[in-house]
Amino acid sequence: MQATSHDFKENARHALGDKNLQAALGILKRDFAGRRGAAVARLPEFERLRVEGRAIKDHVLQHLDLYLEAFEQKVVSLSGQVHWAADAAEARDHVLAICRAAGASTVTKGKSMIAEEIGINDHLEKNGIAPIETDLGEYIIQLRHETPSHIIAPAIHLIKEQVADTFRDAHIHLDPARPLGEARQLCDEARALLRPKFLAADVGITGANFLVAETGSSIIVTNEGNGDLTQNLSRVHIVLASIEKIVPTLEDVSTLLRLLARSATGQEFSTYTTVSSGPRRPEDTDGPSEYHIVLLDNGRSAMLGTEFQDMLRCIRCGACFNHCPVYGAVGGHAYGWVYGGPMGSVLTPQLIGVKEAGNLPNASTFCGRCESVCPMQIPLPKMMRHWREREFERHLQPTAYRAGLRFWAFLARNPPLYQAATQVGAALLGWSGRGRGRFRSLPLAQGWTKGRDMPAPEGKTFMAQWAARQKQRAS
Amino acid sequence: MADSRDKILGNLRRSLRRGASDETAATDVRERLAEHRPNTIPARATALDPEARIELFIAMAEEVSATVARVAGFEQVPAAVADYLAQHNLPSDMVITPDPALSPIPWQERPTLSLRPGIATGDDLVGVTGAFAAVAETGTLMLISGPDSPTRNNFLPDNHIVVLRAEQIVPSYEEGWTRLRALKTLTEGKFTMPRTVNFITGPSRTADIELKIELGAHGPRRLHIVIIDEPAGD
Repeated sequence: MQATSHDFKENARHALGDKNLQAALGILKRDFAGRRGAAVARLPEFERLRVEGRAIKDHVLQHLDLYLEAFEQKVVSLSGQVHWAADAAEARDHVLAICRAAGASTVTKGKSMIAEEIGINDHLEKNGIAPIETDLGEYIIQLRHETPSHIIAPAIHLIKEQVADTFRDAHIHLDPARPLGEARQLCDEARALLRPKFLAADVGITGANFLVAETGSSIIVTNEGNGDLTQNLSRVHIVLASIEKIVPTLEDVSTLLRLLARSATGQEFSTYTTVSSGPRRPEDTDGPSEYHIVLLDNGRSAMLGTEFQDMLRCIRCGACFNHCPVYGAVGGHAYGWVYGGPMGSVLTPQLIGVKEAGNLPNASTFCGRCESVCPMQIPLPKMMRHWREREFERHLQPTAYRAGLRFWAFLARNPPLYQAATQVGAALLGWSGRGRGRFRSLPLAQGWTKGRDMPAPEGKTFMAQWAARQKQRAS
Repeated sequence: MADSRDKILGNLRRSLRRGASDETAATDVRERLAEHRPNTIPARATALDPEARIELFIAMAEEVSATVARVAGFEQVPAAVADYLAQHNLPSDMVITPDPALSPIPWQERPTLSLRPGIATGDDLVGVTGAFAAVAETGTLMLISGPDSPTRNNFLPDNHIVVLRAEQIVPSYEEGWTRLRALKTLTEGKFTMPRTVNFITGPSRTADIELKIELGAHGPRRLHIVIIDEPAGD
């Protein structure tokens, strides 16, 4: 997809004025964090599992080449096929070649962020193959020609009235007067329309939450059951997975599964966790005849051994989205590419370049909630700071911004000067804001005050107040 | 494309600063894959006696909108199934997997029930299957694919009825894996994963519209579990 991450500020401004989006984000903020909190509170071992989960992933990353080889060997021994893809274009080529060999005209799809990352739908369409999204959220946004705005809830930016309008526009063979006011009716309509598509598809594409080296298995975690119908009813099953999805054993993946659903939706366990290993066996009466795994690198191998390695522990639960004040204010589309939220702010610059995506690591208040809820303990704020440093080193920000940063750095390195300057500033702002208690606009900060008021300081800096208090105590 | 394989593995080794033939690293990986070491298993289910474990399984399954019937023996299963069908106003035609574990059920005692053994189609309203195990920790069923247990029967029928014995209820996923490894090693001489292992926790659902949970997105709208207390015959 065409990235618009460089337009983050414009995208965000637009998002803040979008009433439907703000209503939808209100629901997200109300529900997601509470559900996770309740699920975590119910499992006393949760913190221990986090530490162990992190250790599993760290161990795998230190041996990733060997685990990938072991995984490949196992898949092949089960008559599956492994296709290595260094970049997105190569992954698209693999998928298209498999679809062509299968003589496919339609392809059903389970939810996959790798599919979004490589832009597989556009590629298949251009080549005369119709991809059909079957996850309800993905189906809705496919009809609307949109991209997912959240990695686990792709249509979270919409309210149900918008979904109803979309269905009325797309399903023109149905009675235009039918009632679609409730989520129940929308679900039933999608279910009825997609059932025959599952049964008719030649190829089914799913993602993978995990790959198990011990058994050569791919695992999908879903609630709808669409991923299962996708992979079971098609003749050919293609799994799209990035190389860091590997986990050593079934025991290890059990630990990570305990963390995933609780962090993502606050469920004890997702409805369907499906472990697939190779194509149907000779004695089986159903299942796909072919099983292909496309292993995508796309810049990940270059993250190993760098300050961004920890990002490869990510299990894509979306908890960092659900707890981020910036995501909660502007939604996922403002981020301008496949991955939004805090994890996207770290991963996107790696995948499409810091020049295009430099705004994203700056779109953070550094409040640290993302890191505190991350089941894999990924230090997201620290890595955003690394990106800011790289951006500065490469002279990617505007001159005025760089001059401002330099001036601030100069002040910060001269404590007496810093204190004097901030005391004057605080006194001045405190005096001029004494009436209203806040500023509607400020010189040099109009961009900031355009969307919010600046509270007036009390007139004395923290340092000054602290010094005064210490003095009082001493006397 | 062998080129990309070499390129990716080469990049990884360069980033990890070691060669392809590092024996220490290879041994670490081999041992880790062979030992199946469990990590922390929550005490929630492991600390329970068998009866309490069954009760936990039932409570957790009901929490995610599954319904459960507990019966003394195989003879009571037809009545339990008929009750369920009547309660939900469902027809008495069902598709049933040819699972030998279900063969002791005396269906003939309820002649109104009509069972078709085999594979489910998109039109079946009610399907009956067995299960390999059930995990008390989260009220999760564990089903495996095979010639007698086609996977699509777990997803296509609107109503999924699962019949299993109480002794199949294990505390944790880990215990499920241990039992699966043992069974496959016993029957096939070595452990090979079944084509599909399905962990199923409640009926299908979605929250993709305004985060409101709706049951029956694409898979079964209802999940009914019949637990038989009687142990397996020999």
